[in-house]
Amino acid sequence: MDLELTQEQLSFRAEVRAWLAENLTGRFESLKGRGGPGDEHYAVDLRMDWNRVMGAAGWNCIGWPKQHGGRAVPLMEEVIFNEEYVRAGGPGRIGHIGETLLGPTLIHFGSAAQQQKYLPGIVDGSEIWCQGYSEPNAGSDLANIQTTAELKDGKWVIHGQKIWTSLAPWADYCFVLCRTDKSAQKHKGISYLLVPMRQPGITIVPIEQITGGSEFAEVFFDGATTDEDNVVGAVNDGWRVAMGTLAFERGASTLAQQQQFQKEFDLVVAAAKRNGASKDPVLRQRIADAWIGLKIMRLNALRTLSVDSTELGREASFAKLYWSNWHRDFGELAMEVLGAESELALPPAEHGPYELTTLQKSFLFARSDTIYAGTNQIQRNIIGERALGLPREPR
Amino acid sequence: MEFRFTEDQNELRSQARRFLAAESTAAHVDKAMKTELGYDPDVWARVAGELGWPGLVIPEAYEGIGLGQLDLHPLLEEMGRHVFCAPFFSTVCLGANALLVAGTTAQKQAHLPAIAAGELTATLGYRGPSAPALAEGASAVTLVAEERAAGFTLTGDVSYVVDGHSAGLLIVAAWVGDESSGELGLFALPGDTAGLTRTYLPTMDQTRRLASLRFDGVQLDKDARLTGMEGGRALSVILDLAAVGLAAEQVGAAEACLDMAVEYAKVRQQFGRPIGSFQSIKHICADMLLKVECARSAAFYASAVAAQLMADMEGGKLTEQKGRELAEAASSAKAYCSDAFFHCAGQSIQVHGGIGFTWEHAAHLYFKRAQSSRALLGSAQHHRERVATLLGLGDEA
Ligand SMILES: Cc1cc2nc3c(=O)[nH]c(=O)nc-3n(C[C@H](O)[C@H](O)[C@H](O)COP(=O)(O)OP(=O)(O)OC[C@H]3O[C@@H](n4cnc5c(N)ncnc54)[C@H](O)[C@@H]3O)c2cc1C
Repeated sequence: MDLELTQEQLSFRAEVRAWLAENLTGRFESLKGRGGPGDEHYAVDLRMDWNRVMGAAGWNCIGWPKQHGGRAVPLMEEVIFNEEYVRAGGPGRIGHIGETLLGPTLIHFGSAAQQQKYLPGIVDGSEIWCQGYSEPNAGSDLANIQTTAELKDGKWVIHGQKIWTSLAPWADYCFVLCRTDKSAQKHKGISYLLVPMRQPGITIVPIEQITGGSEFAEVFFDGATTDEDNVVGAVNDGWRVAMGTLAFERGASTLAQQQQFQKEFDLVVAAAKRNGASKDPVLRQRIADAWIGLKIMRLNALRTLSVDSTELGREASFAKLYWSNWHRDFGELAMEVLGAESELALPPAEHGPYELTTLQKSFLFARSDTIYAGTNQIQRNIIGERALGLPREPR
Repeated sequence: MEFRFTEDQNELRSQARRFLAAESTAAHVDKAMKTELGYDPDVWARVAGELGWPGLVIPEAYEGIGLGQLDLHPLLEEMGRHVFCAPFFSTVCLGANALLVAGTTAQKQAHLPAIAAGELTATLGYRGPSAPALAEGASAVTLVAEERAAGFTLTGDVSYVVDGHSAGLLIVAAWVGDESSGELGLFALPGDTAGLTRTYLPTMDQTRRLASLRFDGVQLDKDARLTGMEGGRALSVILDLAAVGLAAEQVGAAEACLDMAVEYAKVRQQFGRPIGSFQSIKHICADMLLKVECARSAAFYASAVAAQLMADMEGGKLTEQKGRELAEAASSAKAYCSDAFFHCAGQSIQVHGGIGFTWEHAAHLYFKRAQSSRALLGSAQHHRERVATLLGLGDEA
């Protein structure tokens, strides 16, 4: 066991810190601490610019292989990068779906042509992706999707509806799960298509969320098209690819989020000290408990990183369940620490009915953490069946 | 940055698991539980003779094996897993560690080789029977050591001493002068010292023995006092090291509860299907897995900090900062692992149904052990309160 950073890691940290200090200034100053879950609608154009500046300096997709435009840095360096990014107040990464979900999926399952066509736009920060999985009747039971795609004259023609599609209003592309063989069984006959968002056959209807903002939307496909070769993996083999993406989603989340959580935790400690909640024996217990929980989150991640295999092992199986529940409980604690003040929102802003404080957003948004990317219940099923080998429930 | 067990540590774990699977079976535990001594001396002799475990963290200069606190971790996990009844925790985590932290070279020389050889068992006592329930560490000490020209006279009581009725060497904390002096001393004395009465205390968890010690004007020489480190600070470090050890034990025991529950859930059939296919059972098991692995992260990290601290101390450069790191890590681990083990032990009974409530099934051993472990060396609540203080909560006004 070695808990120290190497010399190279220390100088990498210094490099990141220096670059951020020099670049996250001027017109980007207003982005500090903004964007991200519950605040994705904030200053989208400016955040796109920032995303391109990051890309030009080579800070997007740093963990990707070099041939795909990344720096191939080890995971520990990614952790360091995230730590520094959050410490500097770096805005929510508007390109995160491309960087953490679609990119790794294409690198793993995509054709060389698809990689050449789509990865550069993610790396240079110019193109935004969204994830078209869920439908009104296909949430946890994802394989129940009904959206169809049919091949006509060298193009897939798509009909159907997606829902809860995060970042859809701003996205250039969507990876869409479609049924391409209606006669096949549920999990067969699904294909994974890459679809341009800005076209006549697509209608996007934003949905107002619990926070008052609209980060996700309904997406209607009414004869929307995409080229025949925009299918990832084989036709009718999209379920396998979709599950690959989900594994990336569930694996990647912890590290990027922990640093944000630490920041929120610091806000709560500061509030407790300010308003005297820090002297309440019960709240002291709960704040200490949250701190211990956050510390363990980091230790879990470090343990996972220290395992060689890229397979998600037992240590990683519960990461999503753990962080989402920690964050939900933490949101409740934050409100209790604030007491009466927890009710006071900020003056109305340009988006939504009101403007919430960071901790209010966190409190509200955390209710979705235990739902998206596999609900708590689905996560426990997965842990029980895959990590512990318990028998499946009857289906 | 590497956060995993080394090959050697994994080897130590396998060795421990092999030995304990054979020598700490349900039958062994049941037999040991019924004796006043609380363990089988023949098995303990083999642990010392064949495996050398009592000397694991004792430096080679004192005839030990010279490994670190981190190497203790896998061993303690396995001991927890098998509810091993032995004076290991008392002798190594309390006794030997107390000498390593607070002893002078001469004091170490006097006792550590015998401990390493398995000839001497040891323990540490600090808690007075009349101490307030929530007091811990120095504030739980009530024993008084009056200073005389030739040495000290100890008067008062110490209780809740792990293996205190049988340990060959006792280390006790006492206020020097009287309680108001604020000066804490640690004293080492043989278990059969004149004026000392040791009483075995029956306990709900029969796998860990406790005793009380009555000091009726016990006369000690000057050199009985451990003077390698200031007493109050030393007691705090020693108790932190012990809490880390206990946390590792709790991890292994919690995992045993999980494994038992999962095995049972796979084979027990009701309503024509294995109970593990019911979500309410499956989800209990999933939550147990989460807690076991989080507990392991917390305890493993704390063991690593303990190892660093001991290495720094040996090198004569123990800083305040390291002490604080250990306090944070130890209290975090003890708090989390206490809750996790108790949770798993309770849920394991639930998953087992009626059989889990019987004396015949091992579930009760773990449940009682979970309770005794969380009460020992400070409750989860105590340790969270300590973390809150370390976070600076409450000292801003
Ligand atoms: C903020 C947010 C962002 C999102 N972004 C995206 C996105 O970008 N792209 C996308 O495709 N989707 C997105 N989603 C959708 C998300 O993946 C789904 O909400 C999720 O899969 C749950 O599906 P559902 O909402 O239909 O709930 P349901 O599946 O209907 O679940 C309702 C309840 O039933 C429980 N339940 C369901 N099945 C079982 C079972 N087998 N056993 C036990 N309990 C069960 C669930 O745990 C839940 O408590 C997002 C959701 C949120 C909240």
